[in-house]
Amino acid sequence: MTITINHFLVVSFLLFSIGLLGVLVRRNFLTVLMSVELMLNAVNLNLIAFSRRLSDLTGQVFSVFVITIAAGEAAIGLALTISLFRQRRTLNVEDANTMQG
Amino acid sequence: MRDLLWLVPVFPLAGFLVNGIVYLFSHRTRAAHPPADQPAAESSQAAGHPHAHVHLETRPRRKTLHTFVGTGSVALSCVFAFGAIFDLGIPALASGAHHVLNLWRWIPLGVNQATGQVPGPPGEWFVDMALRLDSLSALMIGFVTFVGFLIHVYSVGYMGHEAGYGRYFAYLNLFMFSMLTLVLASNFLVMFVGWEGVGLCSYLLIGYDYHKKFAADAGKKAFVVNRIGDFGFILGIFGVFALFGTLDFGQVFAAAASNPIAYAPWMTLVCLCLFLGAVGKSAQVPLHVWLPDAMAGPTPVSALIHAATMVTAGVYMVARCNVLFRLSPDSLLVVAVVGGFTALFAATIGLAQNDIKKVLAYSTVSQLGYMFLACGVGAFVAGMFHVLTHAFFKACLFLGSGSVIHALGGEQDLRRMGGLARKIPVTYATFLVATLAISGVPLLAGFFSKDAILAAVFEAHFPRAPWLPKLLWMAALFTAGLTAFYMFRLVSLAFYGTFRGTPEQDAHVHESPKSMTVPLVILAFLSIVGGWIGIPMLPGGDRIGRFLAPVVPALAGARPAEHAPAVSLEVALMAASVGIAMIGLLLAYLWYAKGDGGVPARLAARFPAVYRAVENKYFVDEAYDALFVEGLAKGGGRFLWEVDATVVDLIPNGAAAVTRGASWLSHFFDQYFVDGAVNGVADSLQGGFRLLRRAQTGRVQNYALVMGAGLFCIVAVYLIFR
Amino acid sequence: MHLMGIWIPILSIVTYIPLAGALAVVFFVPKERTGAIQAISTVIVLVDFVVSLPLWFLFERGREGYQFVEKLSWIPSLGVDYHFDGISLLLILLTTLIGIIAVACSYTAISTRQKEYYVLLLLLQTFMIGTFCSLDLFLFYVFWEVMLVPMYFLIGVWGSDRRLYAAIKFFLYTLAGSVLMLLGIIALYFYNTTGFHSYKGLGQPPTFSIEKLTAVAAGMPAELQIWLFFAFFFGFAIKVPMFPFHTWLPDAHTEAPTAGSVILAAILLKMGTYGFVRFSLPMFPDAINTGWVLAVVITLSIVGIVYGAMVTLVQKDMKRLIAYSSVSHLGFVMLGVFALNMAGLQGGILQMVNHGISTGALFLLVGMIYERRHTRMISEYGGLARQMPIYATYFLIMALSSMGLPILNGFIGEFTILQGAFAKNFWWAFSAATGIVLGAAYLLWLYQRVFFGEITNPANATLPDLTAREQLTLVPLVVLALWIGLYPKPMFDVLRVPSEKIVAAVGGRTLPSPALARKPAPERDPSLAVEASRP
Repeated sequence: MTITINHFLVVSFLLFSIGLLGVLVRRNFLTVLMSVELMLNAVNLNLIAFSRRLSDLTGQVFSVFVITIAAGEAAIGLALTISLFRQRRTLNVEDANTMQG
Repeated sequence: MRDLLWLVPVFPLAGFLVNGIVYLFSHRTRAAHPPADQPAAESSQAAGHPHAHVHLETRPRRKTLHTFVGTGSVALSCVFAFGAIFDLGIPALASGAHHVLNLWRWIPLGVNQATGQVPGPPGEWFVDMALRLDSLSALMIGFVTFVGFLIHVYSVGYMGHEAGYGRYFAYLNLFMFSMLTLVLASNFLVMFVGWEGVGLCSYLLIGYDYHKKFAADAGKKAFVVNRIGDFGFILGIFGVFALFGTLDFGQVFAAAASNPIAYAPWMTLVCLCLFLGAVGKSAQVPLHVWLPDAMAGPTPVSALIHAATMVTAGVYMVARCNVLFRLSPDSLLVVAVVGGFTALFAATIGLAQNDIKKVLAYSTVSQLGYMFLACGVGAFVAGMFHVLTHAFFKACLFLGSGSVIHALGGEQDLRRMGGLARKIPVTYATFLVATLAISGVPLLAGFFSKDAILAAVFEAHFPRAPWLPKLLWMAALFTAGLTAFYMFRLVSLAFYGTFRGTPEQDAHVHESPKSMTVPLVILAFLSIVGGWIGIPMLPGGDRIGRFLAPVVPALAGARPAEHAPAVSLEVALMAASVGIAMIGLLLAYLWYAKGDGGVPARLAARFPAVYRAVENKYFVDEAYDALFVEGLAKGGGRFLWEVDATVVDLIPNGAAAVTRGASWLSHFFDQYFVDGAVNGVADSLQGGFRLLRRAQTGRVQNYALVMGAGLFCIVAVYLIFR
Repeated sequence: MHLMGIWIPILSIVTYIPLAGALAVVFFVPKERTGAIQAISTVIVLVDFVVSLPLWFLFERGREGYQFVEKLSWIPSLGVDYHFDGISLLLILLTTLIGIIAVACSYTAISTRQKEYYVLLLLLQTFMIGTFCSLDLFLFYVFWEVMLVPMYFLIGVWGSDRRLYAAIKFFLYTLAGSVLMLLGIIALYFYNTTGFHSYKGLGQPPTFSIEKLTAVAAGMPAELQIWLFFAFFFGFAIKVPMFPFHTWLPDAHTEAPTAGSVILAAILLKMGTYGFVRFSLPMFPDAINTGWVLAVVITLSIVGIVYGAMVTLVQKDMKRLIAYSSVSHLGFVMLGVFALNMAGLQGGILQMVNHGISTGALFLLVGMIYERRHTRMISEYGGLARQMPIYATYFLIMALSSMGLPILNGFIGEFTILQGAFAKNFWWAFSAATGIVLGAAYLLWLYQRVFFGEITNPANATLPDLTAREQLTLVPLVVLALWIGLYPKPMFDVLRVPSEKIVAAVGGRTLPSPALARKPAPERDPSLAVEASRP
């Protein structure tokens, strides 16, 4: 059995779905952040798979960018988490509702 | 020596500074810390009672310092004054020598452009700080420093128990400085410096007992009334400056004398302005009101300032400006009338006063009127002569009255005196001599000067009013009689008869210390011999006329030499004046010393209205107070203040009100019309969007869900409708 | 000026030292450290004064033209320059001196928001000096306007009971005048360049240079000059203040803190008269020589003298009394300036300085007693001479200076002014001189009520006399008063050349021949030919 692009896409889709679900339903800020990472990596997988399939390096280059940005995003996210914890003494996302209209 | 002339006023100035500063700063420490030698209870009481420290006497050492600085500076000044006079030499002065000491350029005014109504020579205008010694100022500094020194010495005894001893001497020294500046001035403006300075010192010394309201009031009154005179004086100075382009006496008088026709039209105005200054300073009607009140000051001050020196500054000024006054017969006429009227007017008031110093004050006003009368008829020398003799006998009288007051522990009311002749003989003797001198008893000082004036008035000639000189002469003659009467009334009431005061006073009466009696004796002596320098009929007499001739030509203009009166006429005039003086003396003696005052009392009862008017000084004070002080000044001020708060402030307040009204209108319009439209739209939108607000839950996951849903929808739509 | 070959912009240095000090205080001194703030402010104003002193010595007395000139281009498109000169030497020095006194009299008087207070005081000083230095109308106007702001806050924040009313009145009143002046400035600007309304412009390059615009304005048609004269007139007259624009003054003076009153009296009021001397006279000679215009100005001046003095007489509040006396004194200044001759103009300028000294000192003195008793009502006092002899002495000296007693400064000013007025018209001098009599009356009456009599109010029985610091603030003013009174020649030396220039510009149209130059044939009356003095 050869591994075709479809396999990659299915894995990627599953990963993304898990990530999205995590973002939507988990209450803990840290878990939400990790879920976002999952989604990003799903996208990376997708990009690389297509890059390989189309013999175009642009996809890989983009995945590198995404990794970089993910690192930054993680850093900022963690910083926000810490300051949120300092302010509220909790990591529950539901409590961070000061932007309510 | 003549170049050290500037030291003459500067010594008293230095004395003022030393005394003033020492007093000011030592006095304060005493007020703050009560003396240690006082018991504790007493000092705590002193702290509770604010005035307690004032009654303390000045400490002996400091007092000695004040005494030596105060009298010593005037003594030095006197020495230097006579030094300068003798350095120039009396014969030289009499022949016109003078010495001008330019100290520094005071006010440079730049190049004048004649721009207005008053013509003036173009050129560089300036005023120098300069002193001038000529025969007139020599006469003045001579007697001012000498009499001043005597009165300083007298003050040592008289003021010895005062807490403000140092302050008193500081003011007195400042006065000497100002007075000497006044008489030594080489131009009008420096004279004005002294002029204002003596006014200030007069203010300070009258108000010496400043905690007493009447003293403070009197000081203020003196200054303000003097200021009215100064107002005229300074206008006159402006006139002189504008006309001549200089204020230097020498230049002004030379120019006026060399070109009389050109200047004559302006002279009446200028001279009347100058004379207003003299009227204020020398207490002539209508500005005489301050001098009697000025008696609130210590008695030596009354003697020095309000009898001997300052008040004669007006006469000095008119005599100094005689060249200008001669150019304007009209102004001389005014001077003569004011002088003659004041002489008579004040003498009548003097008849009914019961305060020993008030009598002397009105006597001074009256005698000053005499001096102006002399100036007015062109007899400036006679006026100055009377200034000199008056300085001697009036200073003696005032100091004598001070001695009486001192002996009676502060009693000034003649009705509570009497019979003092035996108890204080030195005072009595000197007082009597001075009284005879002022009454014009032959061979005493007052006789010669008064006689010179009467003769000059009789001989005077006014083209505009030929009848006037005789009228003035009669007034002057009558005044002479009145003078003799009220002066002898004073002597009788104070020294003859029986004592009418309290027994305590009677027991307390004592002769004054040497420092007070010695000056009295000297002044009494001068009241006798002081007139001998002006005996008109002897050969080699009339020394004063010849001495002053370079500055004040004797009777020139008024009486040409060929019309010199016959000796028989002079003798007749003299007999008339002596006769009326004797009548006055005798009547006073009979009514008050021999009688019990019954005759004058009956007279007063007979003419109550007249008596009341005289006793109340013709109600001039009351009239001025109602008219000028309460009416014009305060009433006007209050009225204008009201105007200021209502009418003048209307401009800004009105502008503010209009602006506020307009703003309110705009606001109204804005709120209901402009805002109405705007708010209508806003309100409808607000309702709609309130619903949308619900979507903003503030929860990240909600937003993410919506985003996800949206993405799903878009992808779905894409897939379906591809 | 050059020092050892190096060019030093001394006027800018004098102007901006207080500003630099203010910034230093703002940024580097915490507001709690009030002692440090006071110390720094004192050092700053002292340094400023010391730096300004060389101006006095380096000013070339005999030279015509501007001195200590500094020029930088600022807004080239409008022709606006940063342009300074030192012709207002006396006023600049007065400002730096009063600056010291204003700071020194505030140590104990001001206890709230000290940091802001001293910063504003320093700022005010920069703006005032800048106004006196500016040789560019635009620059002048900037300083002139911005000066109001610190003064507004000084009155409004640190004043007494009715401070807000007074501050707003002061601000709006002066602003209203300034706006008219701004219109005048703009009209001048356009007249020089493109023209406006029916007036054809001169088509010259745009400029705000006072020197150039003065020449331009002096060449304008008379009726335009009259319009512009009155535009400037309102700006200056309100500041002076002339009757009937004076009502802001008693309020502002009365409510301001002591230093504010001192600065108002000593410096700010001089801005108006300074404006007349520097702008109105040389710019609008034809307008001024129009009979009715001069009559209006002179009448208002004389009315101000007499009216101010009369109203002063009945005041119950010491500060208000002195404030009204300022109306009277500045009437004298205006009269002298508009006498349009050397005596009047020099006297007027000197009297500005004199008024700054005397009235400034009087406000200072009232402030000292106010600090002790917290009331300004005259009726609360009485008999103070006994309790505070030193205070009484200083007060007497300054009151005498204010009423124009010889050998004190006020006399020199009043004498020269009245001499100038007299040379022009007898009645001017006559009516104005009545102000001298009234001046003696109201000041002596004030003095009597405050210092003489018995101490009736127990609160006065324990008052301490002046401290050494308080005396130190007064001594320079007393020394100055005596100096100007005794030897004013150095002042006149400074004033002479600039005054000659102004008089030549405005007063040139005069009667040429004095009547006495044509001597009539001497018809000597022998009795009148008196040899008054022989050599």
